[in-house]
Amino acid sequence: MVTVYEKKPGHEKKAGLSRRELLKRGGAGALLIISGSAVISPEHAWGLETSALKPETMATLIQVARDIYPHDQVPDKYYAIAVKGHDETAAKDPAHKELIEKGIAELDKKAGKGGYRGLGWEEQRVALLTDIEKTPFFQAVRGGLVVSLYNQKELWPIFGYEGESYSKGGYIARGFNDIEWL
Amino acid sequence: MAASFDLKNDGVVVIIGSGAGGGTLGNELAQKGIDVVILEAGARHEYEDFINDEWDSFAQLAWKDKRTTSGDWRVAKDFPNLPAWIVKSVGGSTTHWAGASLRFQEHEFKAATTYGKVKGANLLDWPVTLAEMEPYYAKAEAKMGVTGTNNWPRLPGNNNFKVLKAGADKLGYKECHTGNMAINSVERDDRNSCQQTGFCFQGCKWGAKWSTLYTEIPKGEATGHLEVRPNSMVIKINHDASGKVTGVVYADKDGKLQEQKARIVAVAGNSIESPRLLLNSESSKFPHGLANSSGQVGKNYMRHTTGSVYAIFDKPVHMYRGTTMAGIIRDEARHDPSRGFVGGYEMETLSLGLPFMAAFLNPGGWGRSFTTALDHYDHMAGLWIVGEDMPREENRITLHKDEKDEHGMPIADVHFDDHPNDEAMRNHAYKQGQALYAAVGATRTFPTPPYPSTHNLGTNRMSEKAEDGVVNKHGQSHDIKNLFVSDGSQFTTGAAENPTLTIVTLAIRQADYIAAQMSAKTI
Ligand SMILES: Cc1cc2nc3c(=O)[nH]c(=O)nc-3n(C[C@H](O)[C@H](O)[C@H](O)COP(=O)(O)OP(=O)(O)OC[C@H]3O[C@@H](n4cnc5c(N)ncnc54)[C@H](O)[C@@H]3O)c2cc1C
Ligand code: SF4
Repeated sequence: MVTVYEKKPGHEKKAGLSRRELLKRGGAGALLIISGSAVISPEHAWGLETSALKPETMATLIQVARDIYPHDQVPDKYYAIAVKGHDETAAKDPAHKELIEKGIAELDKKAGKGGYRGLGWEEQRVALLTDIEKTPFFQAVRGGLVVSLYNQKELWPIFGYEGESYSKGGYIARGFNDIEWL
Repeated sequence: MAASFDLKNDGVVVIIGSGAGGGTLGNELAQKGIDVVILEAGARHEYEDFINDEWDSFAQLAWKDKRTTSGDWRVAKDFPNLPAWIVKSVGGSTTHWAGASLRFQEHEFKAATTYGKVKGANLLDWPVTLAEMEPYYAKAEAKMGVTGTNNWPRLPGNNNFKVLKAGADKLGYKECHTGNMAINSVERDDRNSCQQTGFCFQGCKWGAKWSTLYTEIPKGEATGHLEVRPNSMVIKINHDASGKVTGVVYADKDGKLQEQKARIVAVAGNSIESPRLLLNSESSKFPHGLANSSGQVGKNYMRHTTGSVYAIFDKPVHMYRGTTMAGIIRDEARHDPSRGFVGGYEMETLSLGLPFMAAFLNPGGWGRSFTTALDHYDHMAGLWIVGEDMPREENRITLHKDEKDEHGMPIADVHFDDHPNDEAMRNHAYKQGQALYAAVGATRTFPTPPYPSTHNLGTNRMSEKAEDGVVNKHGQSHDIKNLFVSDGSQFTTGAAENPTLTIVTLAIRQADYIAAQMSAKTI
């Protein structure tokens, strides 16, 4: 689970919190923090600056991505990389920006107080996603994600996929027929 | 030295497309001293340039120009603008292909006679028999280095094959081996033997797998009678007042329109582009498109009854290591209507890398049911079903009414409805595949829907009579003597076997015919 530290309403204009402050407030555990225009994971030392989408939207989008393709052994960073293209597209295409912002706002509304990220159980969030499965918003997010998530080479070893093999001489001497349990 | 022919040279044979059909025909004619220009829409990438990466390779080689789909097939829903997974590059789909090379069975050339009347199917016997094809099959196998023929050993079995074989034994299947593959199991033809890299679909960087790109084409070029012109997209075939074709109009690498004159034109753009081009070449003399007096151009589109079965085991498999498709069970390829369908199917090993598995395992799928499958990617085994599907008039390629490509040519729409026979066969095959893996201890199996079509067939079919089809037994159009079709669109019916060996066989046979007709001056 991702715990998200929320800024209080009205603090939007304030300059971003210092890293130290972030760490202090976030405490231990996996953590996504919104600061200025960024989504930050102090624990894992990465951050994602948004240019068109609201950082809160991005944080929710990262959670949505995980709920669509949940892999508990895959850190948030890869989901963040997988959805950051939406921010880039939104910067160029106002219609796309609206699609994503509205889609997320809609999800937050349906989730009630605390919004989408406030729902504690994956099942609760998945129920909301199932409701909107046919919408262009969901289709746009899922359709892009199946490539942008699984096409990250850094992620392949987690699934036991070894990728490129030509430079290593193929598998002729590296286990193409090493199955032993049959 | 590769030849270079003048645009106004009207003595050349112009071939459209450099894949299995076009590349082979080009070399065969060049070997006989006939001058040939192959116009190829795609770029030329040599095999060192291939990429061991599924999406990057797809971007490099695949035909990505927009197409539309209609009909009740699942591909129309999952991949509405990608009905087919084929190639736009010198070498055509023989860069992507897996190499499975099987002869058709005798009865499959006589589908109408053997299967009888099948409601809603436009079945027809081929105007050729297996006996007539056999000597040419032998030439094709020798050319392509097909394992299990000519004393070439079969490939060693990889992990995915071993699982398949164990299941086949458990189910009592008798004919299971590592296939007849156009992949060097030993060094030959100045090319490497297979190094088991497992990227057959992405172009073989070792050159071990036969592709026209680095076999037929350079051999043809070496004769001085063949020129391959890449980045040349043909959009129209021209004819004179007598109805003979005279040349083709193509967009060159800069998008400029050129006309290449020709004595003979052979269309080999694969079964979506070939009818698209014939239909787009309509004129006042041929208002329904070239070679279309029968009205059959674009119809009877076949794609094989396909599907995959993937299975998860409690122990690792690493199916992606080694030759992608070197493994086959042939027992179900027989015609045995007691199973509830006519025709038969093959089961062949298949593996996708993680990125393609995510895209194709259950297109549109999401949530834990989907992701827990991928979590066990390295514990997966997989097989592909390829069986005979029914030709139907309504399954067809048409020109899109409104949408055009960058050259102003209407894009192709691909309509396909599954025939009840296709569905019955697919369901039978799913059951057998799932039973096979369960017998080896699979903890979960996945009846995976068809991918975008890799086998595209039948849209300019061969027929004895001119009113039943587009071309005669030599691929020569019934209507226009100097217009030929040289790819899989000639297929009268699809048979259960992967098509390429038969495409190559027909091209070798067609070259003999064209040469004979040229010397007899009938064309
Ligand atoms: C992933 C994959 C795996 C496969 N595995 C197997 C297998 O194991 N066994 C098997 O038998 N078959 C297999 N196939 C199918 C096989 O590749 C095709 O059957 C075969 O290549 C078709 O030959 P073709 O000559 O009809 O067309 P292609 O080989 O597709 O060649 C057509 C060429 O024509 C060009 N072209 C089209 N239109 C124009 C135009 N207007 N102007 C100029 N050029 C044009 C295209 O760019 C292309 O290069 C596989 C295919 C794929 C995609
Ligand atoms: S497995 Fe063999 S045929 Fe396939 S790409 Fe590798 S070397 Fe080529």
